Amino acid sequence: MKLVVCIKQVPKVTELPWDEKTGTLRRDLASGMMNPACKHALEAALQIKENHNASITVITMGPPAAEEMLREALAMGADEAILICDWLLAGSDTFATSLVLKEAIKKQCPKFDLILCGAYTADSETAQVGPQLAEELDLPAAAYVEKMEITGKTLRVRRLVDNFRETLEMEFPALVTVSMENYKPRYTSLAGLENAFDQKDVSVLDAKSLGLSSSSIEQKGSRTRVRKVFLRKAQKGNVVLQGAASNVVHEFLDRYQRKIGTVIGKSIEEKKQHDDK
Amino acid sequence: MTTNRRKSIWVFGDYRNYYQNRVTLQLIARAVALAKTINAEVCALIFGHEIDEWIMEYTAHGADRILAIDDPALKSYSTEKYLAIIERLARERDPEIILIGATDFGREFAPRLAKRLKTGLSADCVGLDITEDGLLLQIAPSFGGNMLAEIVTEFHRPQMATVRPGTFKEIPHDYERTAIVERLPLMKGLPKPRVRLIEYERSVEKEHTIENASVIVCGGRGMGNKEKFKKLQELARLLGGDVGATRPVVYAGWAEHNVLVGQAGKHIKPKILFSFGISGAIQHTAGLGEADFIVAINKNPQATMLKMADVAIVGDASDVVNNLIKELKKRIRE
Repeated sequence: MKLVVCIKQVPKVTELPWDEKTGTLRRDLASGMMNPACKHALEAALQIKENHNASITVITMGPPAAEEMLREALAMGADEAILICDWLLAGSDTFATSLVLKEAIKKQCPKFDLILCGAYTADSETAQVGPQLAEELDLPAAAYVEKMEITGKTLRVRRLVDNFRETLEMEFPALVTVSMENYKPRYTSLAGLENAFDQKDVSVLDAKSLGLSSSSIEQKGSRTRVRKVFLRKAQKGNVVLQGAASNVVHEFLDRYQRKIGTVIGKSIEEKKQHDDK
Repeated sequence: MTTNRRKSIWVFGDYRNYYQNRVTLQLIARAVALAKTINAEVCALIFGHEIDEWIMEYTAHGADRILAIDDPALKSYSTEKYLAIIERLARERDPEIILIGATDFGREFAPRLAKRLKTGLSADCVGLDITEDGLLLQIAPSFGGNMLAEIVTEFHRPQMATVRPGTFKEIPHDYERTAIVERLPLMKGLPKPRVRLIEYERSVEKEHTIENASVIVCGGRGMGNKEKFKKLQELARLLGGDVGATRPVVYAGWAEHNVLVGQAGKHIKPKILFSFGISGAIQHTAGLGEADFIVAINKNPQATMLKMADVAIVGDASDVVNNLIKELKKRIRE
């Protein structure tokens, strides 16, 4: 059985350094890590590998630094790693990214049974690449998968969508995006990590090797354009309270306890006599 | 064939959680406003079985036209069936814009539809407008920072967006309103779905989610550690509310993923939101929807969360939690 896991490197800090002057992200200040949902997808693949005779190819599109994340995936137990890296592909939207991933999968592992993606990424969170890759490859697919069972050529998945608990079945080849409910990623030992750096290779592909030129990327690539990016405006004019915690809490409750009481359906009021005793 | 047809803004009718999630009505309302600017009609799509109720609702809430396919084969939601249907309809009728609620279903379905129609799609928009050139301006959270991006699909049609529930206000219903209702037969020759629905049931976990809570006590990394974070439970209990958490806190294992509030988690609309030790990254604040009254506590006076608050308390989040618990115990009368 052949598994492909699509993973993405995302900035490690959630609250990215923001340059107020230029209005841009200080991406240089943020270090990368494997997107958590992608790591769950990889863990799901590793568990399938443990129970079935399977090999795992991890694949990412990103800057050269993403190699580090691929090494981590190898250390966790992936067998092969592919980095698609080309400045021509920088700034791709999900439409273009899914096209590029398809070309790479068709070239490097056309005989796959199952493709696993994270259900969403921690940076842009569009959750679109997985479903769009399923379209590109014309595969049966399910998003937000929590649990998988494989019997022969049949994949059975469980998931929760919009408060409906669903059990779905499909035949391989197929694609799933994996949620973070189960499949907690395993710990990677330092020794395993060192091993992965020493012993396994990461194949690097550029756009040309995937049959994509700058004109075909322009034609078949991104459909959306980001006009500008701006800081979300704060919305409320506000009351600011500061000082010692106990004083602030007194002041806050004195001013707002009636409002809170109305919402929670209880009466809130100060009982002076208790304090005096 | 479609050259002299009036432009159309399509809204996908996502009705199966109608009473919990009114996103379709919200989108119809926004589409009505956008349609005025570009002289278009608003068309709601409804696929299912026994769907008259939704035809009536979407008409009453502002749709000009309804495209309805009522067939037993559409009794349950199916990504593949809906894809095949809308793909055909869109090719026949060339909608200018397609809006889809950013429900779980919408966010799985819309990317595939956009791919089939070879057009762009923005995800989970928190604003929609029309640009000076008549393009759909899609405002979406971006880059994992405190940012929003203005996105346009310049050269491809339809322009597509999924939109976060709670972003727009629905138009009050008016059962006197009328719409052109086109009841279409289910097309012949649609491909057989390859994903089989074995079973489905409305999840009982639903009753417990924080999405409908009127008081939410949310905590971030500024709570300090797991032990201190746990105190939020006690405060929430006193206030009859629920605890929510930011992503760093969930990743650190201080809270379960099912209480994650934000873009990747729950979207909440409490009457009162307490926000403890949360800086206010967009991924979190994007989930706050229309919280009526926000009380934020952070030791950094510059924190975005404080600026978003009705009451901003500058101080140590954990200290304030402890004092609030102590004081509320004294003051609350059952």
